[in-house]
Amino acid sequence: MNGELLLFWVFGLATLIGALFVVAARSPMSSAMSLVATFFFLAGIYVLLWAHAIAVLQVLVYAGAIMVLFLFVIMLLSLAEAEVSAPVLRFSWLVGGASTLGLLAVLGLAISRLPAQPAALGPAQQASFGSLGTLGQIVYTTYLLPFEAVSLLLLVAILGAVVVAKARI
Amino acid sequence: MVPINNYLFLAALLFCVGMFGVMVRRNALVVFMCVELMLNAANLTFLAFARQRGDSVGHVSAFFVIAVAAAEAAIGLAIMIAVFRSRGTLNIEEIKTMKH
Repeated sequence: MNGELLLFWVFGLATLIGALFVVAARSPMSSAMSLVATFFFLAGIYVLLWAHAIAVLQVLVYAGAIMVLFLFVIMLLSLAEAEVSAPVLRFSWLVGGASTLGLLAVLGLAISRLPAQPAALGPAQQASFGSLGTLGQIVYTTYLLPFEAVSLLLLVAILGAVVVAKARI
Repeated sequence: MVPINNYLFLAALLFCVGMFGVMVRRNALVVFMCVELMLNAANLTFLAFARQRGDSVGHVSAFFVIAVAAAEAAIGLAIMIAVFRSRGTLNIEEIKTMKH
């Protein structure tokens, strides 16, 4: 077992355990903290995939900005008595579990038929693949219009959030 | 070198955990967090295929997914604040005005 595979198992298992805690935790606050941990471990997985720039963005945007937003809302709403989740076997558990297992089986079947080995990166590609420079070069040339559209989308989202959440404008 | 299938299996498991949470949990905030988990599973798939093909366009897709997730989180949490203000609850079984 080489080091890369060992790191994959460590980060992958930690990601899965964190995700399970997000679903299983009683209070929304524990869910949010598990989600932060999950995002950190997932950033480790991204680094293993040579996606360094995306890993940094994951930590900055997801584990930083978005989760701070979540925590603010949880503390703002004081959901102490909001969640009364009695762990009884309900209809939604049966339907949810069955459909999830079905989807997992289909996905696993599809994935197991794929060719397994990743492409070998050349030396020139090894230096640049997944770096911020490569990402910026593609985003600012080929995908300039979607990039500007996303900036407009973010602006509209900010305005919409203010309009929706404010009681009186 | 780790086979790409491992990453894809991990993404599938992560997506299924998120989907199970969306179907089972009753707190709208936790449902929202599970949706974020599903988005991350999609991102992981993008990056895995980008690595397999040696193609950076998958990274651009993941970048846009992160940006759209940020916008979605802002709007969704604002809606939750508005709903909590008018209903006093975030239990999605009690919010059913639009139910037929």
